[in-house]
Amino acid sequence: MNTPKERIGVYICHCGTNISAVVDVEDVAQWAANKLEHKGVVIARDHKFMCSSLGQELVENDIKELGLTRVVVAACSPHLHEKTFRTACERAGLNPYLCELVSIREQVSWVHSDKVVATQKSKAIVSSGVERLIYHEALEQLSVPINPATLVVGGGIAGIQATLELADAGSPVYLVEREPSIGGHMAQFDKTFPTLDCSACILTPKMVDVGIHPNITLLTWAEVEQVNGYVGNFDVTVRQKARKVITDLCTGCGICIEKCPKNVLDDIYEVGMNYRKAVYTPFPQAVPNYPVMDLDNCIYFDTGKCKACEKFCPTNAIDFEQEDEMLKFQVGNIILATGFDLFDARKMSNYGYGRLENVFNSLEFERMCNASGPTEGEIVLRDGVTTPKAVGIIHCVGSRDKSHNAYCSSICCMQSLKFAHLVEERTGAHVYNFYIDIRTPGKGYDEFYNRIVEEGTHFVRGKVAEVTNAARQPDEKKKLIIQVEDTLIGKQRRIPVDMVILSAGLEPRHDAKEVAKLFGISCSADGWYIEKHPKLDPVATMTDGVYIAGCVQGPKDIPASIAQGAAAAARVQGKIQQGEMLMEPIRASIIEEQCSGCRICNDLCPYNAILYHDATMTSEINAALCQGCGTCIAACPAGAVIGTSYSNEQVLAQIEGLLMDVSV
Amino acid sequence: MSKYLYYPGCSMEGSGKAYHNSLMPVCEKIGLELQEIDDWNCCGATEYLGINKIPAYALIGRNLALAEAQSNGAQDIVAPCSACYLNLTKIDSYMAKKNGVDELINDALSAGGLSYEPGQLGIHHLLDLIVYEIGLDTVKEKVVRPLTGLRVAPYIGCMAPRYDYAKRWSDSEHPLELDWLLGALGAEVVDYPLKTHCCGGHMPQIGPDTAYELIHRLVDYAEEVKTDIMVAVCPMCQMNIDAYQNETNQHLGTKHKMPIVFFTQLMGLAFGMRERDLGFGSELVSAKEAIQKIGSEVPKKKRKKKDKFALPMPHPLGNGILKNGTNGKELILPTEGRARGGRA
Repeated sequence: MNTPKERIGVYICHCGTNISAVVDVEDVAQWAANKLEHKGVVIARDHKFMCSSLGQELVENDIKELGLTRVVVAACSPHLHEKTFRTACERAGLNPYLCELVSIREQVSWVHSDKVVATQKSKAIVSSGVERLIYHEALEQLSVPINPATLVVGGGIAGIQATLELADAGSPVYLVEREPSIGGHMAQFDKTFPTLDCSACILTPKMVDVGIHPNITLLTWAEVEQVNGYVGNFDVTVRQKARKVITDLCTGCGICIEKCPKNVLDDIYEVGMNYRKAVYTPFPQAVPNYPVMDLDNCIYFDTGKCKACEKFCPTNAIDFEQEDEMLKFQVGNIILATGFDLFDARKMSNYGYGRLENVFNSLEFERMCNASGPTEGEIVLRDGVTTPKAVGIIHCVGSRDKSHNAYCSSICCMQSLKFAHLVEERTGAHVYNFYIDIRTPGKGYDEFYNRIVEEGTHFVRGKVAEVTNAARQPDEKKKLIIQVEDTLIGKQRRIPVDMVILSAGLEPRHDAKEVAKLFGISCSADGWYIEKHPKLDPVATMTDGVYIAGCVQGPKDIPASIAQGAAAAARVQGKIQQGEMLMEPIRASIIEEQCSGCRICNDLCPYNAILYHDATMTSEINAALCQGCGTCIAACPAGAVIGTSYSNEQVLAQIEGLLMDVSV
Repeated sequence: MSKYLYYPGCSMEGSGKAYHNSLMPVCEKIGLELQEIDDWNCCGATEYLGINKIPAYALIGRNLALAEAQSNGAQDIVAPCSACYLNLTKIDSYMAKKNGVDELINDALSAGGLSYEPGQLGIHHLLDLIVYEIGLDTVKEKVVRPLTGLRVAPYIGCMAPRYDYAKRWSDSEHPLELDWLLGALGAEVVDYPLKTHCCGGHMPQIGPDTAYELIHRLVDYAEEVKTDIMVAVCPMCQMNIDAYQNETNQHLGTKHKMPIVFFTQLMGLAFGMRERDLGFGSELVSAKEAIQKIGSEVPKKKRKKKDKFALPMPHPLGNGILKNGTNGKELILPTEGRARGGRA
């Protein structure tokens, strides 16, 4: 037998009793010392807590005293402590990438109960770690400079907060918003729960700040087209849609809007409840205050005649020849705050939205309550004049429902309570809230619930079966009847009302998947963007340099959105202050001679890290962009892609190790 | 001519004879060739499934097995009765889950030298076949006597669209296929929110009080919205509302007199066929008076002047415009999230 060329140390952790209760840790250590000696194991030890400073010192001393060249630690998942032991090795002068952490907690002790089998499996896992480790190479981390500018996508409250935090800290920010104005959903609301303060009053000062801040480049009526590059150095291309208004000349006087003869139903800001013009700003406090022209509805673009706006503009700011413009710039980090879409309540046809005229969804009702909305804040039926005498508010529409979205949309309970208050305050009508559970876990939220109960709102626990206009009794004629099982009294009830408000749930944006692909991040099965860690890293993503904030990560209310916006900004600002950053050296590379240029890997790469060179007809991997996921390695038909730490030799050796006979 | 395997079900030979008699000439007219499955048996209707599952499944499975054996590979099966349709799709989908039910059923079928591989046959209700495979355009072309002036209530019942195993309907709670079809015939279709509410099923036999109440609700609302005639797609719905209306009246003291016929009967009328060839006259609440309204002058609806205060309605879902070339399944909806043109 050849003398092994490496000197390997093996360390088995008890993890208190987490591992040692199921695995005979001493036996594993002893076995490794004896049976893996021919592979180069010179020492095998066990310790109560390997991650403690004593455990780490054990490794460090052995490296120094026994001249170890490789280290295997069998403990918890590498997600938790890989870095700990790599750092320990580095302190003792060993390249950190010559340390391997194998999991005998998540993969063994937490999932097995039979001690004999668990111990054998632990041995196999240690053996596989040793086999694989032999092929490890000493790797160096890559250092990349960080561009101090940041791209924030989405000008709702989360994006606004992130933008202002960064700009106030002195960093340049590009804020890109697809609509003509920033403000997002919050700009549509009238009151905010639980304090009932005016939404616009607290939002517009922030919008104005964004508009005038010297560190902020505000790009509204614009969409991100392309993102290349990697953390610290993203190349961004933004399409600035043609406003047909020269912003340098426009004073925002509004004469063009006044003179435009075309009325268009506003499906975005007014959610189909009111009209705007073909040249418009969505609302009076819009930032920026320059109008945009809606080309689909402009009479001139339809018939070639009109140009009323141009004729009346006092500063000649209307430009019918203006084209879309592609803006290119570089940023170091990206924050995505693209928000949510409202669940389409028409999908629950038993509630009659879209068919029964006095069924409203929550955003429609928000607009109705708003003093600048279609009814100037008056709560009336669809005819625009009749005040309702009884109103039903249905919770959980499209949420907590296996047929639609299984998740709780988290804001609807509080929003429905707010609606109940507004209806009672402004109309004196009887209000019925139909709920499955009342969920009011925020600060001051349950107090608000109690207040609404005391105000006299009726609460009916049960999922509404149907909203119908088919009357059975004389008192149901000309009413909407809510058919519901009241689960507190155990009876079916039919409650006639004049108006029904559906508290529709929150859904990911309809184009969330495409946007995720554009930025190289992933969505959950529901379509929300996935954070790096649900508890410990809620605003980062698995792609370095791309952060998320607000409802794009999951349903949340205004305070939580703002908190995430600020948190994402803090993370980015931290990166900016480092000036440069070290990148993990685990990545793939292509052996040019073996690459046939088939380009299969190009489209598969979730990080857009693979470039194709027309000249050599081969693909190349951008080392700074590659995250080492291994997709291309598996996909390459020629075997031309190799991954550091995950070469074929290593994987095969690992399998060989796992298959070792550990029973003797 | 498109060829389909035809599973008539027992009703077609008894209470639903008018359905059978009308669908035959109508299908021929619109180019549907029906080949009756040889040696078919009862589907078990609603009752047998409640008694003993596996024999009930096998009973249905036998029809599927026969159909598959007689299909020559590519054919689809069509059932005019909603109970038959539901049972066939249900068992096909249960078997497709491959969780042992398929083996039990095939085990039972093997006694008769039969077997069935789920998913081999497309299973259709006659209504979905006409709307989605034949298409409303073809139907419109054949109309020679539009049903102008006839106010019809489209009553689809519960078993065709629920549970929608074969994913064929625009909506399970408020499907609009029958509305569209009757609209294509030129009838005036009333908004009938009870279109999928229960007709009572077999309750007239085992709990008549419940059945009377359910029948009353359906007929009462139809009368409320000035319906001339109700339209059914299921023999059981038609029979309950037709045959038990008189008893309902006696029991509840009401004076309902609402005729209900099958949609194929009205299609036949619109295609210019004679009433007696379409099974008219066999209904117990006479449809005669209603039928005479066809062609009557419809008072021109005064266009309601839009109140300047009124708020716009949301876009309706399923506004009846079928997209060509997508098998009619997709509805043209206003582009999501973009503004529509219009005047205030």
